[in-house]
Amino acid sequence: MKEEIIIAGFGGQGVLSMGKILAYSGLMQGQEVSWMPSYGPEMRGGTANVSVILSDQRISSPIIQKFDTAVILNQQSLDKFEPQVKPGGVLIYDPNGIVNPPTRTDIKIYKVAATDAASKTGNMKVFNMVVLGGYLKVKPIVSIENVKEGLAHSLPERLHKLIPANEAAIKIGMDIVEEVR
Amino acid sequence: MAEEVKLMKGNEVIAEAAIRCGCDGYFGYPITPQSEVMETLMYRKPWEETGMVVLQAESECASINMVYGGASTGKKVMTSSSSPGISLMSEGLSYLAGAELPALIVNVQRGGPGLGTIQPSQSDYNQACHGGAHGDFNLIVLAPASVQEMNDFVDLGFELAFKYRNPAMILADGAIGQMMEKVVLSPIKPRRTEQEIIEQCGDWALTGKSADRNRNIVTSLELDSAKQEIFNRKLQAKYQTIRENEVRYEALNCDDAEYLMVAYGSSARICEKTMELAREKGIKVGLLRPITLFPFPTKQIKEIGGRMKGILSVELNAGQMVNDVRLAVECKVPVEHFGRMGGIIHSPEEVLEALTKIVR
Repeated sequence: MKEEIIIAGFGGQGVLSMGKILAYSGLMQGQEVSWMPSYGPEMRGGTANVSVILSDQRISSPIIQKFDTAVILNQQSLDKFEPQVKPGGVLIYDPNGIVNPPTRTDIKIYKVAATDAASKTGNMKVFNMVVLGGYLKVKPIVSIENVKEGLAHSLPERLHKLIPANEAAIKIGMDIVEEVR
Repeated sequence: MAEEVKLMKGNEVIAEAAIRCGCDGYFGYPITPQSEVMETLMYRKPWEETGMVVLQAESECASINMVYGGASTGKKVMTSSSSPGISLMSEGLSYLAGAELPALIVNVQRGGPGLGTIQPSQSDYNQACHGGAHGDFNLIVLAPASVQEMNDFVDLGFELAFKYRNPAMILADGAIGQMMEKVVLSPIKPRRTEQEIIEQCGDWALTGKSADRNRNIVTSLELDSAKQEIFNRKLQAKYQTIRENEVRYEALNCDDAEYLMVAYGSSARICEKTMELAREKGIKVGLLRPITLFPFPTKQIKEIGGRMKGILSVELNAGQMVNDVRLAVECKVPVEHFGRMGGIIHSPEEVLEALTKIVR
């Protein structure tokens, strides 16, 4: 098993922390993991992305340009990363704010309306966990138990009371993700 | 108890490893992409736990001279910075080498020249390995290629620095500093007691002159040229001993290889992937990863590289280590360079394309 993922969107959407939770979940599952962020003077509103690799074997390069899965949360990221998905790979996107949807026919495309779903819960902060739920439904590479462990390890103790809300958001994401083609 | 595996950034691990190896003091000034080193230290408050001093100096010049002061007393002291900050420290590096002081310097490289960019680069290779400051001196240079090695090389760097009374540098880059990987942190070593420091360093360090010993003088100044030449010869003999005893490298798939890539740090990780892609295409390529850049694995590259049809040296720069690789194989094997610059990281596929060009 080897899964090379890019998660990309606006700064402030929780892109980096979603990657971190996914990497921690892989760690809990006994996998080799790497988390390589774009870094720089990014802030709310700018673009942010992170590549995460989960593998049964030693990870060679943490820096990659072809992805098994792209999780896309804004138009700029869609334009940039759609061409970098491996043929036969997966693209998952939130349709909110997407004017030009993905066009490739040699990859599987899924939609997860996480912005809408998160705003319905009244807590936009769980947005990235809804997205994570959608991803895990499509690619169940880590078990939910290990994701819970991952949450516990990546969130500071004072935020552990929020774990149930995050779990609920993951379940919502699993329910609402739909195959486009 | 089983070793605990953690997921941490390279920069955070430098800080954690410093506390755990019994470091006495860290003096630094923030700069991207290594600011998490001091940030982590300030968050961890080791002064409450081990008594380790953490101080944000007013500049890089001040921090390296605080390191000089701390090292003069036999303490385990360190600093970290990124490329432009290291340039500001270069006078201090020469003074540390000239006074034969042990210290650890971490350079999490970014693209240059000048203020350049904050993205990863390896363009300080020549600065770290071939001078970078005045005088005939060498730093001991370690090039970590993983977060685990960021942990391991803090302890190793201090060990070598004290063994040879010479400043040691961890030459990392923004990618290794910023990424998170699994890491097993080193066991905790207590800071040395004053008595232990006297036992280890009492013949040279400023540990407080007692009636039963001569005074120790720490300086790099010697106005008598004859004496200064003798000192230079002694330094060179020390560097030769280091060359003979401290070379570290990793050779992957070199036994059946017809071509060789030589790369260190994050470039070596990228080349590992290139090697996988190339071998799928039937290109028999190996990877030699220098772990110590000084001492450089010259003999090993001569021996392994000497039997290859061609060598590709891969660095995130315009071609610096490539010259050392050419010298190692005495130009008997064609050696080409590939590398992106200015903070752009080459992809495994780009390196493969460069490799394909040398395959005949």
